Amino acid sequence: MSTTAATVTIRIPTPLRGFTNEQATVEVQGTTVGEALAKLVEQFPRLKPHLYNEEGRLRSFVNIYLGDEDIRYLQREATPLYPGAELSIVPSVAGGTH
Amino acid sequence: MKITETLLAQIRAHGEATYPEECCGLLLGKSYPEGNQVQALYPVQNRHAEQRERRYTIAPTDYLAAERAARQQGMDVVGFYHSHPDHPARPSATDLAEATFPGYTYVIVAVHQGRADELTAWRLAADRSRFEPEAIELEAESVNQP
Repeated sequence: MSTTAATVTIRIPTPLRGFTNEQATVEVQGTTVGEALAKLVEQFPRLKPHLYNEEGRLRSFVNIYLGDEDIRYLQREATPLYPGAELSIVPSVAGGTH
Repeated sequence: MKITETLLAQIRAHGEATYPEECCGLLLGKSYPEGNQVQALYPVQNRHAEQRERRYTIAPTDYLAAERAARQQGMDVVGFYHSHPDHPARPSATDLAEATFPGYTYVIVAVHQGRADELTAWRLAADRSRFEPEAIELEAESVNQP
């Protein structure tokens, strides 16, 4: 496992682009998924409350995908990154009548 | 949101087809400061494990697929739709508890006894405290097809 920071692309969901100067993708450097996300909210602080709860954990409806894989089935935020990796912020959409 | 009558009819038809279960799908189009323009639908299967007549879930993998399909056509995911079988077209406590990011358009269609009825649009307030009604502006069909 490499400990060198990789440059990765993070895809921003449409409603959050108001907090990233309308950028659909943001490039950051990080060795892990958690580090890349920390860089993202450091660069765009107004994103933070939408992605993280008050305890500083990712909100329950926020899923992070590395390529086609949910990081929950990898090593969560400790998942190592590789150069050119693509991270997607994917909401869990649900509801109902009751 | 701006949308065509054809797309609204497709949402109603989806709600009738899955009755008595809830239908769901994604709204694809463009997001502008003045509101979302819906240009296409991406219907998906209701992935809720049980009680689909009162609950819906859009799988993250379906969201990812919809986002990719949208991108290939120069569009974005701008919202979601679902049906309320035998229930008013108003966001429920569950809808609010499960809400995602402010800025998406949430369309709800009521389906009574298998027939689509009222159709409404909503947007989560910036402080996440409630859903606010969103006006539905009908567009001419010709300018709106992707």
